[in-house]
Amino acid sequence: MSAQERQEGRWRRGVVLAAFALVGLALLARAVELQILDRDFLQTQGQQRHLRVLDVPAHRGMITDRTGEPIAVSTPVDSIWGHPEELLENSDRLPELGELLGRETGELREFIEARSGREFIYLKRHLAPEQADAVLSLDMPGIYSQREYRRYYPAGEVAAQLIGFTNIDDQGQEGLELAYEGWLQGRPGSKRVLRDRLGRIIEDVENIESPRPGQDLQASIDLRLQYVAYRELKAAVNEHGADAGSMVIMDPATGEVLAMVNQPAFNPNNRRNATTAQARNRAIVDLLEPGSAIKPFIAAAALESGAVEPDRQFDTSPGEQRFAGHSVRDIRDYGELDVTGILQKSSNIGATQIALETDPESLWRTLDQFGFGSLTASAFPGEAPGHLPHWRDWREIGQVTAAYGYGMSMTPLQLTKAYAAIANGGEMAEASLLKRDSEPHTRTVMSPGTAEHLMGMLEQVVAPGGTGTRAAVPGYRVAGKTGTVVKSGPGGYSEDEYQSIFAGMLPASSPRLVGVVMIDNPRGEDFYGGAVAAPVFARVMNDAMRLLDIPRDHIEPDDGAIIVRRGGES
Amino acid sequence: MAEVLSQRTTRTGAWLGELRLDLPLLVGLGLLALVGLVVVYSAGGEDTGLVLRQAVRIGLGLTLMIILAQIPPNLLRLWTPWLFLGTLVLLAAVLVAGELGQGAQRWLNLGFLRFQPSELMKLVMPMAVAWYLYQRPLPPRWWQLILLVVAIAIPVLMIALQPDLGTALLVACAGLFALFLAGLRWRYMLGGLIAAAVATPILWTHLHEYQRQRVITFLNPESDPLGAGYHIIQSKIAIGSGGVFGKGWTQGTQSQLEFLPERSTDFVFAVLGEEFGLVGVAGLMLLYLFIFWRAMVLSMRAQDTFGRLLAGSITLTFFVYVFVNIGMVTGLLPVVGVPLPMISYGGTAMVTLLAGFGILMSIDSHRRFMA
Repeated sequence: MSAQERQEGRWRRGVVLAAFALVGLALLARAVELQILDRDFLQTQGQQRHLRVLDVPAHRGMITDRTGEPIAVSTPVDSIWGHPEELLENSDRLPELGELLGRETGELREFIEARSGREFIYLKRHLAPEQADAVLSLDMPGIYSQREYRRYYPAGEVAAQLIGFTNIDDQGQEGLELAYEGWLQGRPGSKRVLRDRLGRIIEDVENIESPRPGQDLQASIDLRLQYVAYRELKAAVNEHGADAGSMVIMDPATGEVLAMVNQPAFNPNNRRNATTAQARNRAIVDLLEPGSAIKPFIAAAALESGAVEPDRQFDTSPGEQRFAGHSVRDIRDYGELDVTGILQKSSNIGATQIALETDPESLWRTLDQFGFGSLTASAFPGEAPGHLPHWRDWREIGQVTAAYGYGMSMTPLQLTKAYAAIANGGEMAEASLLKRDSEPHTRTVMSPGTAEHLMGMLEQVVAPGGTGTRAAVPGYRVAGKTGTVVKSGPGGYSEDEYQSIFAGMLPASSPRLVGVVMIDNPRGEDFYGGAVAAPVFARVMNDAMRLLDIPRDHIEPDDGAIIVRRGGES
Repeated sequence: MAEVLSQRTTRTGAWLGELRLDLPLLVGLGLLALVGLVVVYSAGGEDTGLVLRQAVRIGLGLTLMIILAQIPPNLLRLWTPWLFLGTLVLLAAVLVAGELGQGAQRWLNLGFLRFQPSELMKLVMPMAVAWYLYQRPLPPRWWQLILLVVAIAIPVLMIALQPDLGTALLVACAGLFALFLAGLRWRYMLGGLIAAAVATPILWTHLHEYQRQRVITFLNPESDPLGAGYHIIQSKIAIGSGGVFGKGWTQGTQSQLEFLPERSTDFVFAVLGEEFGLVGVAGLMLLYLFIFWRAMVLSMRAQDTFGRLLAGSITLTFFVYVFVNIGMVTGLLPVVGVPLPMISYGGTAMVTLLAGFGILMSIDSHRRFMA
C-alpha cells in the first residue's frame, strides 16, 4: 500500500464515518423531536384514539302498588353486540353463534354482511345474564356484551294498560311508565374507558359521573283488588261475549284509584302480538255516554237548587211522555214516583221532569262541578276530557236528554270520581293514580244533606224492587245506580249495541269503596246494566270487603250466626 | 500496519478464542438480543410462546454464527462464485413460483424448510463483489465497475420484482458498499448519483401501485390517515407519547391496545419508544453504535481485499438496516419492509444478520500474524 493510497483510504474512512455519524445524529434528533418537542400533541392524539366516554345506564325506578308489591321492575340483562368485520373473519363459527342466539346461520350471515362497514351491531338484545355468558363463552372474536336493563312486569296483564310499558331502550312508552318517565328514568352516568383499535373496552379509567338511579313510584292501586277486578271483569266480558270492559275502584275519601282494569288486555312482558285495542286504558282514554248513571247528579242539582223536594211526587204515566217534541219512554208505566222511586226504577220520564224543574244553568253548573267534561288530575297520558255541552247550547231538548245521560260523554274514571263525591258526603277528592302521602285536595260539590239524601235513594236501587238488586253484597249495605246506554256510532244511535254500566259504593253507612263497571256491547240476552255490570260489581266488592277486612254494616235476619261468630273473634 | 494490529490483538477467553468468536461483538449482540426479547414480550401482548420462538431463532442464528466463524475466509472465497450462481437460480425459482402462484412470493419451500433466497443474497452479494476484486489492482477500472454494477443489478431487480423493495435496497447497498470500499473514484460515485437521479422517474413508472403509494404516503402521511398513512401516524404517536422516560414496560397504550400495526415486527421500535421513552431510544442507539464500532474495528484490520471488502460491507449494511428501520418508524423515510436488527420478531433476517457477524469474526480470527 502506497502512502497516497493509505492517505486516500483514511480520508475515505473519515467520510464514511462522518456521514454515518450525521445519519445517527439525525435519528437521535428525530427521537428528540417526537418525544420532547411534539410530545404533548402526540400524547393528545394518542388519547383521542383510545380514550372514550361511555354512558353508564341508570337503573330505572320500580313501580309498586300501594302496599309495596312490585308491578314494574328493572332487571339487569345483557345485550350481545358484535363487530361485523371480526365476525366475518370467523364466519365458520357463525352456526354455533346462530344456535345460541336462535337465529338461522344464513340469515345471521346476511344480517352481518349487510352491516359490514359498521363498528357495532346488536346481535341479540336483552338476554338473561346466564344466556349471555353462554354466548360469550364461545370465545369468538368480535362478540361483546353490554349491560342493560329490561323491564319486567310481575303482574302481567292484570295491570297492563294502567302501568304501560317501556321500549327496548328502557324509555316509558305508555301508561304510568310514560307519565312519570322523568321520575322513574334516572340519569345515566358516564365513565372514561380505555378502548383498543377494535373498540373493545380494556379497562375503566375513571368514573366521570355515577349513574343516578331513577326513583321508585308507588301507584295507588292495590294489587289484590286489581287482581279480583281483573278476574271478574274478564269472566263477565267472556260470559256476555262483550267487546270490551272497564272497572275502576276508588277510595272516596282520598280519590286514590285502588283498581283499574280493562278488557281486552295484553301481556306487557311479551308485547309481540299486542294490539292497540288491548293496550288502551279504556277507563281513562275512552268515553262513554253515562245513560241512567247520570240521574243521581240530576237529582243532586234539583235538590241543591231547591227546585225539587225529595218527597215530591212525579207522574210518569203512562210510561211514555213527550218533552220538547221528543218522546221519552220508560220500560213500563211506573205511575206516581218520588225522587227515590225515580232513581230506584230508573225512570226516564221522572228524571226528565226533575231536570226540567231545575233551571238549566244550575243543572249545568252541578254537572260541571262534578267534573264531567274536564280532565281529572290523573295525569294519565292520553286522558280524554269528555264533553259536557254548555247550558246555553242546550235548548230544551238538550236539557231533556241530559236528564237520562245522553248528549254528553265522560270516562269511567270521571264517573267514579263523581260517585265518590256522593259517597264522601259531597266532598270531592281529586282522582289520583299514585298513592297519596298527604291529605287530598277536596272540593265541596254539594251539601252533606243532599249527599245523605242521595245515598239513601241509591240504596233503594240495590234494594228489592230496584234495578240494581244484583249488585247486593251480603253483609253490606250497597248504594248504586245502573245504566244501560244505547251506543252511538257514526250513523246515530244503534238499535242493538249497548253499554252496561253499574256505579256503586259500600258500605253505604260509611262508604269505603266506590266502583264503576262498564261492559261494552254485551251480545247475550242480557244487556241491562243491572244484569250485566251489577253482578261484576257485587262479586268484586264481595272479595274486596273481605280482603280489606271492612266491617259489615248490614245484619240480615238469617245472618245472625255469622255476626255472633265475628263478635266472638274480636 | 500488521505489527501494530498483532500487538493490539486482545486476549479473549480461551474457549472464545478456540471458537474464534469476538467477545465485545458477542456481548453487544447478546445484549441487543436480550433487549429484543424484552420488547417483543411486551409488543406481542405478553405472549411467552412468542418470546420462546424468538429465543429459539436467536439460538439458531448464534449457532450459524459460530459455524461460519470456523470457516476460513479463503474457503468462503473459493465457494463464492458457486454460491452466487446458486442463489441467482433460487431467486429465479422464486420468481417462477410466484408467477404460478400469482402475487408476492418471497419464500422457497424446500419441503423440510422454507427460506427466502433474497436473504441469502444479502451476504452473497458483497462476497461476490469482494471475490471479483480480490487480487485485482485497486481501484477498479471503469469496465470492471460496469461489470460489477450489472452483477449487482441482476439480483437486485429479481428481488424487486418479487416484489420486495426493502430487501432489494439492502442487497444493492451491500454490493455498492463493497464497491465503494474498493476505492471507487469519487467521480464515478458522482456519476452514479446523477444516473440514479435520472433513473428515479423511470423507476417510478415501474413501481408497483402499493410501492408508489408508500412513497406518497411517506411524503404526506396525513393525506390518508385511515389507510396507508395509518402506520406512520400511529407509530409517531406511539413514540412521541412515550416522552423522555416512557410509559413503562407493557404499559404502552398505543401498542398494547393494538392501535400500532406490525408492532412486534417492523414497527417494534415504536413500542420501545413508547414504553421506554427517549432514554430507551438513546440506549438502544448506543448499543447499536457500540456494535457498529466494534464491527468497524474488525473490518479495518482485515488483511486481504476479500476480507476487507466483505467485512466492511457487512458492517455498513448493518448500519443501513438500523437507519432505514428507525428512519421509517419515526417517519423520516418511506415505509419499506426492513426489520429492526436483532429486535424485530421474525426469523430469517436475524439469522442472516448473525451469519454475517459470524463471517466477520471468521475474517478477524483467521488473520495470519506476521511477527
